[in-house]
Amino acid sequence: MRITSPHAHGPMSTPRVMLNVLLATVPGIVVMTHFFGFGTLVNILWGGLVAVACEALALKLRGRPLGFYLKDYSALVTATLLCIALPPYSPWWLIAVGIASAILLAKHLYGGLGYNPFNPAMAGYVILLISFPVQMTAWAPPRGVGELPGLLEALQACFTPAAFDGVTMATPLDVMKQNNSLLVKDLWQQNPQFGRWAGVGWEWANLAFLAGGAWLLYKRIFTWHAPVAMLAALTLMAALFNDGGSSASGGSPLFHLLSGATMFGAFFIVTDPVTSAVSVRGRLVYGAMIGALVYIIRVRGNYPDAVAFAVLIMNFAAPFIDYYTQPRTYGHQRSGGGE
Amino acid sequence: MRKIYGFHGGIHPPENKHQSLRSPIADAGIPPELVIPLSQHIGAPSRAVVAVGDRVLKGQMIAEPSGFVSVPVHAPTSGTIAAVEDRQIAHPSGHAAPCIVIASDGRDQWIEHGGKADYTSLDKAELLERIRNAGIAGMGGAGFPAAVKLSVKPDIKIETLIINGTECEPYITADDVLMRERAGEIIEGTNILRHIVQPHETLIGIEDNKPEALAAMRAAAEGSDIDIVEFPTKYPSGGEKQLIEILTGKQVPSGGLPADVGVICQNVGSAVAIRDAVVDGRPLISRITTVTGEGVAQPQNFEVLLGTSMHYLLDKAGYSAEKNRRLIMGGPMMGFTVPSPDVPIVKTTNCLLAPAESELPTPPPAQACIRCGMCAEACPVTLLPQQMFWFAQGKEFEKLELHNLFDCIECGACSWVCPSNIPLVQYYRASKAEILQLRRDTEKSEHSRIRFEARQERLAKEEAEKEAKRAARKKAAEERAQQAATAGGDEDPIQAAIERAKAKKAAQQAGGGEVSELEKLEKAVATTRKRLETATGKLETAKAEGSDLVEALQTGVDKTKAKLEAAEKALHDYQQANSGEQAKPAAPTDAAQAAIEKAMAARAADASLSPEDKARGQLEKLRQRLEKSRTKLAESRENGDEEKIIEALEATVERLSQKVAEAEKQLQETEGA
Ligand code: SF4
Ligand code: SF4
Repeated sequence: MRITSPHAHGPMSTPRVMLNVLLATVPGIVVMTHFFGFGTLVNILWGGLVAVACEALALKLRGRPLGFYLKDYSALVTATLLCIALPPYSPWWLIAVGIASAILLAKHLYGGLGYNPFNPAMAGYVILLISFPVQMTAWAPPRGVGELPGLLEALQACFTPAAFDGVTMATPLDVMKQNNSLLVKDLWQQNPQFGRWAGVGWEWANLAFLAGGAWLLYKRIFTWHAPVAMLAALTLMAALFNDGGSSASGGSPLFHLLSGATMFGAFFIVTDPVTSAVSVRGRLVYGAMIGALVYIIRVRGNYPDAVAFAVLIMNFAAPFIDYYTQPRTYGHQRSGGGE
Repeated sequence: MRKIYGFHGGIHPPENKHQSLRSPIADAGIPPELVIPLSQHIGAPSRAVVAVGDRVLKGQMIAEPSGFVSVPVHAPTSGTIAAVEDRQIAHPSGHAAPCIVIASDGRDQWIEHGGKADYTSLDKAELLERIRNAGIAGMGGAGFPAAVKLSVKPDIKIETLIINGTECEPYITADDVLMRERAGEIIEGTNILRHIVQPHETLIGIEDNKPEALAAMRAAAEGSDIDIVEFPTKYPSGGEKQLIEILTGKQVPSGGLPADVGVICQNVGSAVAIRDAVVDGRPLISRITTVTGEGVAQPQNFEVLLGTSMHYLLDKAGYSAEKNRRLIMGGPMMGFTVPSPDVPIVKTTNCLLAPAESELPTPPPAQACIRCGMCAEACPVTLLPQQMFWFAQGKEFEKLELHNLFDCIECGACSWVCPSNIPLVQYYRASKAEILQLRRDTEKSEHSRIRFEARQERLAKEEAEKEAKRAARKKAAEERAQQAATAGGDEDPIQAAIERAKAKKAAQQAGGGEVSELEKLEKAVATTRKRLETATGKLETAKAEGSDLVEALQTGVDKTKAKLEAAEKALHDYQQANSGEQAKPAAPTDAAQAAIEKAMAARAADASLSPEDKARGQLEKLRQRLEKSRTKLAESRENGDEEKIIEALEATVERLSQKVAEAEKQLQETEGA
């Protein structure tokens, strides 16, 4: 019996937050499946299984009650987010290694949900990217550009990867980065993977994740500060260095907003409460710096997409941001902690 | 239309106010027995002035105040004093406290009393005296004596008088019905308050979820320059600091009082009580209490005599114990669980909430903090509850204070929104208590360190003085021996004369030193006397003005008197010691030392009588009890005792920590007062 106040509690619960996040990924997953085939779905199904197993194992090793903690759905969220980020038709072991790194290393080694300094999905992603760069950059061509494998082939690709002979193709972000001779306009004409605003498929997937994010915002699962700051910073950077579409151009703001993991990152990764800054001002800073980093890494770095790296770097910085952005308490002149 | 400022955060819990608003205020009647606690307010408990067997009349004073922050208690009805003893009272700890028990005779016979309809002929001091004598304290729930709140230092100008009609807690409607049914009396009370504080503007703040109350109040205030301000409903708008911010945009400085920003706040219930006290001469002996929750068949508001048992009142509303899981005094956000329904209604009982389990379910176990920040968004004080939770878990008290833990008003908004069901407020309460205890402990050890060092120094000094005396004696003896020896030989009269002259000069010089010592002592006496004169003068004026500082000044005067006496004594001792031919070289220091010691002793004696020390003693005892039950809990946890036992022990620990926290708060206030 709780003797002390408050005796009442609001309607929100952590499992509900997690379920809402899972639900909000659905439109994005549907669009990705439409454009890239069943690969993403197979990723998620297999990844989810591995995640629950890893979570159960970790809880058991740490002597925690299984049922209670599994019910917070956080492992499923991590798995879903990582599997969306992985290339479709990834082999089973790649997924398993990624999930195990995410759940065991990035999450439970640090003390479990709420104690992890790094976003587990992004940590798993980066570990894979560094260890298996070939598999991690093998993206299938989108519908209308290449042949889409069927469900059976997708399963085959995952579980008997040796027998699967998938076609891969450079992503629009790759093409844009490697370009050094063509005007952006010509680039667009010569490469079939470019669509209306950005990459074929990619642009719609980004819009779908944006829709999911907007729904979460509406449900007040998180606040607008971090994602909006990230998108704004990315837009600003792209606009500054767009260069009118010359061969040295980094790509237009619209191209960057609708390419790669931009929207997915903005609404499903940057908003991860555990690893971001906590105050309103802190979240603005945190999001904006991720947006700027994403652009810099995309255009100047060695990797095609940059959301994962940018997020991990800022995960590092989050505690400092918190320290310097402590809000002013009622009845105080200035913030108490930030000197 | 006035500008509404709003405040950070806040939540919108289900209001659940309609249940108790279906019927007007009902009279709860006269129960056969009334149990009236001597402490229904923050501050020193009152002193009983009746004995068992005395017959008392309604409105008769049965306990007198015992300090500045204290109020008298009156008989709520006529009858006989059945007992003056410890009874269980409505307190989260469930402890027993001194109470006066009246067996009512059912005649409800008033003592002769009279008010003054034309209150404008009374001055501020008289009005405050009447308010205090009527025992008005804490109608809003905090239990602070109204007269104390209204006594601001003369150099502070009050811009705004705010009457709080917000009542933001879910379920409670006591103020709402009061405004609906007694708007005229509230306005009358408000006018008396205006007469006392002389503010620039007077605002009555009411949330927009009380349209009937708003209409009634507007009608009653028609034509006066009292401003009825309506603003959007949000919890906790009714918090004093929040309401001040909503209406004026000003923030009360951390650790300060509303008066620091030129504001005084009173609750509508207090306004009515003040009106009754001044105009009718009727002391505070009843209040409006909401009885609600699914555990009662007819939720409604009652006018109930203070001291009525909760059970009696609940039965009037059709209480069924089976339906009710726990009984809460106050609302669901800040109320506390009552140990048993047999405890009496007191001045702060604005609501009895008897919810069914489905209504306010037992919270599920807490999950991990996912740092979602919802708590920070909800906090009306703009704290970072999740960070504080983190630090509270790690007992990082310094960081907790840096994150302004002590500005937390324990409104519960953070716990309410937390998706992981973390009982955040419990953590804060516990941490506050622990920090206060640590502070007290270091203070204590600092005190004893200083005392120890002073003692060491004194001993060393005494030793040195003794040594000096011994040396002087030895030298004198030697000289005498030498003189005797010389006398025995050829006496040189010239030499002897020179010696004598030398000795005389030396004595004079030494005497010069003594004169300065004497001067010092005389000066000490003179300055202390002067100080005493000024203090007495101040006290006289304060008494003449009827200021509220009289008490504080009185202690000041007493202390100075003691000091003066000590100084005079020291001077006297010194003069006596030196009036003799041969001054003992150690005497002056000794006398001064004695004086200092005596003064210190006097001060110590003085201090030992102060309410602070008493409170401190009590606090110490409480702490010991808490420690004991903590150990017990740890033991039974280790032994793997039954869940029930552990739960009970946990409850005890919780209760005790709360008590400790409260005692600390009280002590702080006494110290502050
Ligand atoms: S609301 Fe609860 S879970 Fe969210 S940050 Fe605050 S304490 Fe953590
Ligand atoms: S209980 Fe304290 S920390 Fe929580 S919301 Fe209220 S003031 Fe803020």
